[in-house]
Amino acid sequence: MQAAHENGIELPSLCFHPDLPVKANCRVCVVEITGRKGLATSCSTQVEYGMEVKTDTEKVKRARNLNIELIFAEHIERCPTCVWRVNCKLLELADKYKIEITKFRDRKGGRKVYKFANAVEIDGTQCIDCRNCVDACGSLQEINYLRLKGKGINQEIVPVDEKSGFSFIQKKADKIDCIYCGQCALHCPVGAAQEQTHWHLVEKALYDKSKAVVAQFAPSIRVSIGEEFGLEPGKIMSGQVVAALKKLGFNYVFDVNFGADITTMVEAEELLEKVKSGGTLPMFTSCCPAWVKYIEFYRPDLIPNLTAARSPQIHSAGLIKTYWAEKMKINAKKIIVVSIMPCTAKKFEAGRTELKINGNLPVDYVITTRELAWLIKKNKIDFLKLKSIAADNPLGASSGAAAIYGATGGVMESALRTAEYLLTTAQDSVCASVKGKNKLKLCNSRIEFKDVRGQSGIKESLVEMAGKKLRIAAVNGIGNIAPILKKLKDYDYIEVMACPDGCIGGGGQPIPTTAAIRKKRLEALYKIDAKSKIRRAHENEEAIGALKWLESKGKLKNQVLYTKYKKRK
Amino acid sequence: MDILSKIKKANLVGRGGAGFPVAKKWSAVKNAVGIKKFVICNASEGEPGVAKDGYILEHYPEKVIDGMKIAIDFLSAEKAYLFLNNNYYKKLNKNLVKLLKNSKIEIFVKPINAGYIGGEESAMLNAIEGVRIEPRLKPPFPTTSGLWGCPTLINNVETFYNVSLAAAGQFKNNRFYTITGDCPNEGVYELPDNLTIEKLLKQTKNYPKFSFFVQIGGNASGEALNSSQLKRQINGAGSIAVYSLAKNSFKKVIKNWLNFFANESCGQCTPCREGIYRLNEVFSKEKIDWELLDSLLDNLSDTSLCALGGSVPVPIKSFMKNVYPHTYK
Repeated sequence: MQAAHENGIELPSLCFHPDLPVKANCRVCVVEITGRKGLATSCSTQVEYGMEVKTDTEKVKRARNLNIELIFAEHIERCPTCVWRVNCKLLELADKYKIEITKFRDRKGGRKVYKFANAVEIDGTQCIDCRNCVDACGSLQEINYLRLKGKGINQEIVPVDEKSGFSFIQKKADKIDCIYCGQCALHCPVGAAQEQTHWHLVEKALYDKSKAVVAQFAPSIRVSIGEEFGLEPGKIMSGQVVAALKKLGFNYVFDVNFGADITTMVEAEELLEKVKSGGTLPMFTSCCPAWVKYIEFYRPDLIPNLTAARSPQIHSAGLIKTYWAEKMKINAKKIIVVSIMPCTAKKFEAGRTELKINGNLPVDYVITTRELAWLIKKNKIDFLKLKSIAADNPLGASSGAAAIYGATGGVMESALRTAEYLLTTAQDSVCASVKGKNKLKLCNSRIEFKDVRGQSGIKESLVEMAGKKLRIAAVNGIGNIAPILKKLKDYDYIEVMACPDGCIGGGGQPIPTTAAIRKKRLEALYKIDAKSKIRRAHENEEAIGALKWLESKGKLKNQVLYTKYKKRK
Repeated sequence: MDILSKIKKANLVGRGGAGFPVAKKWSAVKNAVGIKKFVICNASEGEPGVAKDGYILEHYPEKVIDGMKIAIDFLSAEKAYLFLNNNYYKKLNKNLVKLLKNSKIEIFVKPINAGYIGGEESAMLNAIEGVRIEPRLKPPFPTTSGLWGCPTLINNVETFYNVSLAAAGQFKNNRFYTITGDCPNEGVYELPDNLTIEKLLKQTKNYPKFSFFVQIGGNASGEALNSSQLKRQINGAGSIAVYSLAKNSFKKVIKNWLNFFANESCGQCTPCREGIYRLNEVFSKEKIDWELLDSLLDNLSDTSLCALGGSVPVPIKSFMKNVYPHTYK
């Protein structure tokens, strides 16, 4: 299949995904090979010298079309309400090969829908039995929460806690729970595994004229959303995202990059405080909600290692409903904050009651990149023709350090930039002003920490700053966490992103997402960083302004900046 | 003479059904690179109408074990498994355990839920490894990447029995036949491997006096032949099932096959999982859509992931061609 693709021959496929082992179970990519009996699946057949392959013979057409028709009859079409309608692989194949989509009677009407918290769901009525979700959860993420039950036509994807015929074995097995990363959704070819959609709630909120409806969008969606509209991966579309959100009716649009700068500063201060005072080390990043869920469920003993800093979307939303609300003289209860995230676990994070500020949740709704693209298409907004608009102020400005939050290693790099600043200037807080003598030293401080960049599974480094040595590691994808958890004593600071390559590979991102596509999205984020006027979080004066405002608010500071975690069963 | 030459000289072919040359398979495993190698004797015997492996294990277990030991020595194998059908385990366990004392051979009882597919060689590997029992994608073949990724020799009970005979110079070109169905003398017979079906039925006093057809090589995946086509030998697993035409209506026979395959499909690939389900659906209708039926069958032989899916059309198509030529189309 790869050989065909490289030579400009498109072969259809459903179960094939470059992130996952080849399974060759959909049998849609069949080709005829001279001298071989039957047909071969192109995804699983290696090319050989002199091999003669025919991709469009009558025999191939017949088999391919019949298999697509058989698969179609497994998938109950929910087209009118499906966010996939505009992007559906099945409909695309049906159209391309002129398939009769109703040749067979739908057979999965009675299947269950499994919902995982408010984040992800697997709808058995749409499943085509390709098993990509099981592999995404298993071989990619090593969570193994999904399994196949039954055989033949009765096979079904179920969460492991669903009672099975072997309950006596289940009881002995370790408990497993979903971390809501959404990689199952990202690898599902037909939207059977997908985010629990909330766009319709957002639509309703937009009609409510008594509320100020505010959108805030994550660092990583600006470099991926273009793909939904036919652009190459890695096109930077920040201004178009703002314009589209305004067109959709949002009163204000803020950039979560602002929140990321806040997070960086809070986290860097905490890291240095822990290093100086001999606090619990290594410190873990906490901006990935799937990783936080992982710790709370699988390793609650490590909860003290998680930074107490809230995540960027919560920081920024918290400031919207306090700092900005006060400025604008709007009652916080009249503000609705909608986050546009690359992530399904952010939906779960937003609902955590411990995040409430004065009884209010900072974020009201979270929609994914895919949901936003759907809203834009649904409202017939021509995304590519939109004129770029800057995000609203004062919560719009950000540093380059914030942009790279969407990349694996990016959160750590941002924190290190600010940590080095704090160390060289011998300060505990970013809000303090720098004395003349220390200003000079800053000339030598670094911006780029390249050891933590790139697509490898685990990235380690020893960083020396102002005489202090920090042993750091960035874990790229939760599937790589096991070896690190075995040698925690070797590190002072660890970043973990549950999704491969970080948020740009998040469970809410455009489909397809592959390693090659992720690479381009990563490059785009580093490009934004490199081109930014300011590249360190603490140089974001508006963010410093917000922090100073919080300093004067007593208890509110803790409510907006910090959080607590709890053991989950 | 070394064992490989002896096997070659005896012209041994696999008796699991595929008839693959034994020496070729043994050399492949021998030449495969691997720190560990394994030997497996497939005694799952899941094909309906075939009972010869159970018969051999009951009457000549030492020979089978001897054949396995020869393979272990030949390959310097780490360990061997006797993958045993549950019913045979119940019946023969005591004796087998006694015979296997102090050997590298361990009995692995075929899990009850393994079903028909559990006898497919790569599904069997999965069963031993403790993962979902269903065929693996090939290549790689077990000869190079079998049990836990190590080169693995998998042969049928009868094959190991024959190896033992060949090693001792006693192989006489016999094979085991299971004869079942509408006939008086059902059972397993050891007879020359070149007898025609007709002779086999006559020699065992099973040749029917009524109009009939036979299915050879397994009561599920075997080929159906009419009574004028019996002057040939049997390939595949050695079995003959006699069906009385009076007792077996055309719908009953095909429906039985389809039900069997529908129940036994592992569900991995589309043509088998969905195709057999739809075949059943098409066939249950009053007016059968023959064209659709035919294309579903072709699709199975052309695009199934494993040989079992590919074998579904064999009985049905041969039946339609050989037994009911006038009702077909």
